[in-house]
Amino acid sequence: MPRIVVDVMPKPEILDPQGKAIVGALPRLGFTAFSAVRQGKRFELTVDGEVTEEILAQARNAAETLLSNPVIEDVVNVEVVGA
Amino acid sequence: MTELPLIGEAVTADAAGARRLAGAKIGVITFPGTLDDRDAARAVRLAGATPVELWHADTTLGDVDAVVIPGGFSYGDYLRAGAIARFAPLMSKIIDAANSDARLPVLGICNGFQILTESHLLPGSMIKNDHLKFMCRDQILRVENNTTAWTRDYAGGQEITVPLKNQDGQYIADEKTLDALEAEGRVVFRYVGFNPNGSRRDIAGISNPAGNVVGLMPHPEHAVEAGFGPEIGSGTEGLGFFTSVLNKIVGDNK
Repeated sequence: MPRIVVDVMPKPEILDPQGKAIVGALPRLGFTAFSAVRQGKRFELTVDGEVTEEILAQARNAAETLLSNPVIEDVVNVEVVGA
Repeated sequence: MTELPLIGEAVTADAAGARRLAGAKIGVITFPGTLDDRDAARAVRLAGATPVELWHADTTLGDVDAVVIPGGFSYGDYLRAGAIARFAPLMSKIIDAANSDARLPVLGICNGFQILTESHLLPGSMIKNDHLKFMCRDQILRVENNTTAWTRDYAGGQEITVPLKNQDGQYIADEKTLDALEAEGRVVFRYVGFNPNGSRRDIAGISNPAGNVVGLMPHPEHAVEAGFGPEIGSGTEGLGFFTSVLNKIVGDNK
């Protein structure tokens, strides 16, 4: 079954409080190589059947209207996997 | 429930006046996960109006004169706080009514504020508190704009104390939007003494350009009866929201 993957990230200019908490926790576990973390979201939209251009357009539209809030987030990727 | 409507300006406290007040219907919408709808309805009643229960799946607003979108965790705050509630059937009616010539007064409290930003009735957005913790405290606010539908019973610059309780309460918007909000007098409330969540420019609440839509993170509906509200101040300093809108409704319908 093909899936459309949508990746959403907080906008670069917005401080990501969750990412900040994670970067603070990493060195406590000995992971000292990472200077910054930003946490985003991955959505997997399952499609029954073939992913047409129209369906992909719907996914992009859903990504912009529901899956992300353009005030604070960017849709950084919309792609088909497992086709 | 109080017998005496706690309102003065628009009507005299005679029987006919009280009937007019009680004739004002203020809807309180409930989503799955809403918590503060009962308290909001109670605040409406204490102010002298009649609360009307609204359900998110309703397709009509009925004949309500104003709407309160209360706090809580609609849809468990899944996706983003307020994001799914924004697409509830009743929300599109509320958006239309708020933008119509009639300018339906709409108050969004806490999660209701988040729903109003997700609905684009108000600009900006809320993200997690900068300190990452849920916070509950009595919060002092300054009324920066007392000309909105929900703040006209306050004095300009008046300081009020109401409870604040949230996790995603950090108000953010880009600098241009913040400058515009300031220039147009649409910053309605600011945190005083302590910024509890990292909100830009200490903003606690804002309005739309017409002033009929107001959103804020703190909870005026929890400060409407002495002995049950904050210990700082009178404990009833949130009641002015509800008497304000009631004065407006009764005044407009005179």
